[in-house]
Amino acid sequence: MSKTNNQAAIVGIGQTEFSKDSGRSEQQLAAEAVIAACKDAGINPEEIDGCITYTIDNSDEVDLLRSVGCKELNYTVRLPQGGAANAATLYHAKNAVESGVCDVVVIWRAMNERSQYRFGQPTVSISPDANSSTFIEWCFPFGAQTPASWEALSCGQYLSKYGVTSEDLGNIAVLMRKHAATNPNAWFYQQPITLEEHQNSRWIVKPWLRLLDCCQESDGGVAIIVARMDKAKDLKQTPARLLSAQYSFLFNHEIISDFYEGDLTGLPFSERVTEKLIEDAGIAPKDTDVAMIYDNFTPQVLRQLEGFGYCGPGEAKDYIADGNMELDGKTPLSPNGGLIGEGYIHGMNNITEAVRQIRGIAANQVENVETAFVASGVAGAILGK
Amino acid sequence: MRPDPILRIDTAFFWEACERGEFVAQKCGPCDILWHPPRPMCPKCHNTEKEVQQLSGLGTVVSWCVAVRPQAFGFEESPIAALIELDEGLRFVSNIEGVAEEDMQPGIRVQVAFADTSGGKKVPVFKPVSE
Repeated sequence: MSKTNNQAAIVGIGQTEFSKDSGRSEQQLAAEAVIAACKDAGINPEEIDGCITYTIDNSDEVDLLRSVGCKELNYTVRLPQGGAANAATLYHAKNAVESGVCDVVVIWRAMNERSQYRFGQPTVSISPDANSSTFIEWCFPFGAQTPASWEALSCGQYLSKYGVTSEDLGNIAVLMRKHAATNPNAWFYQQPITLEEHQNSRWIVKPWLRLLDCCQESDGGVAIIVARMDKAKDLKQTPARLLSAQYSFLFNHEIISDFYEGDLTGLPFSERVTEKLIEDAGIAPKDTDVAMIYDNFTPQVLRQLEGFGYCGPGEAKDYIADGNMELDGKTPLSPNGGLIGEGYIHGMNNITEAVRQIRGIAANQVENVETAFVASGVAGAILGK
Repeated sequence: MRPDPILRIDTAFFWEACERGEFVAQKCGPCDILWHPPRPMCPKCHNTEKEVQQLSGLGTVVSWCVAVRPQAFGFEESPIAALIELDEGLRFVSNIEGVAEEDMQPGIRVQVAFADTSGGKKVPVFKPVSE
């Protein structure tokens, strides 16, 4: 673990509202989120000297400089793998500030994935000279053209092997909507669902994914400011220290169309991340106080709970059903309602919730939070006071 | 109608073989290993001289799905998409034809056939192995 003063911490979080029609550009959403995070931290945007986002974010670093008035960036990074990048942004921000390359790094993700385009619908054009994207090339002519289709093919073997039913998946959706129902920041605030409503929701992709198994398509932006503890102590907020952040991108694996390597009933990269977290921070994900697990689709939660060591192979459906991840359970799952209940800003809003839980200001505040785990398949981070 | 495949420099050999009614995979000769999806270099020996090997066309269904909403783009009706474990050990996403949706399950033995695309190309699809 780093020396305390050298250690990275999340010192500011910011966001726009989460909606279905933001009415403004993605570039504006990004800028608004960054400024909100700076204000939250008590940092002048001129101090930002590094920035991180996803390869598929439509805002450019130039846009950021122009809009928020950064003076000089000496470090810019864009991460591959779509939403799986979300916890990996913390890994890179941590390295950037702990190495001394940067003093203040901003991470952003902003999207109008409901009003401007539909993130969950078929990608209907790809150029042959685009970068390699097997999830299009080797799936598109066969009608597997959406994230939900790729997820269904990817999780099918796991779900079949362990006898997971649609009701088991529904339990996850019900839990996320229950948490969202008491979170005013959630799109589905005051809108809990029953298992019956889940079972009656229309099919998106048979035989696994109903509408209520899928995360939302949201408009909105989220930004996070990372700095070292020597700076954090002079800022406005209680810092959420990055006790460890880890990343594992394994041979022959892919993003969501991860069909081609190894046993599809497990997540070997999540297991690797868990090993590295324990080695680095001395804390296992299952021993933290809050679990923010990337919930793009309900089956992903099950496989990640096993991959990150919360329970054994095939046990995740019962681990959830037994109440372990309720707000008063052993390790509450996404008290904000997650990407299913709060909004889908590609996972970034699960990081901001982890920070709120560490600060003790969350809408659904868990008692006595000392540590929180943020996970997105190939990456994970443990935050602490 | 079914969309055309996307031909790329490193993968065109596969789709061109389909035109001849052949179902093939990239093979590294020196390593005697098949690779799918195709790639510009063998990750074991870094050889860029690629051979093309005909496959048996036999495989087993691992998982399957049907896009209900939205329907699959380009198709009159969403096909059954499936992940198939080929007898050679590779996995391949394709379609299952000749099996009703309610009869789909993992473990069905299938063999390759070819289907036409909107632009007059061919892509491999799979049907149950005839007993």
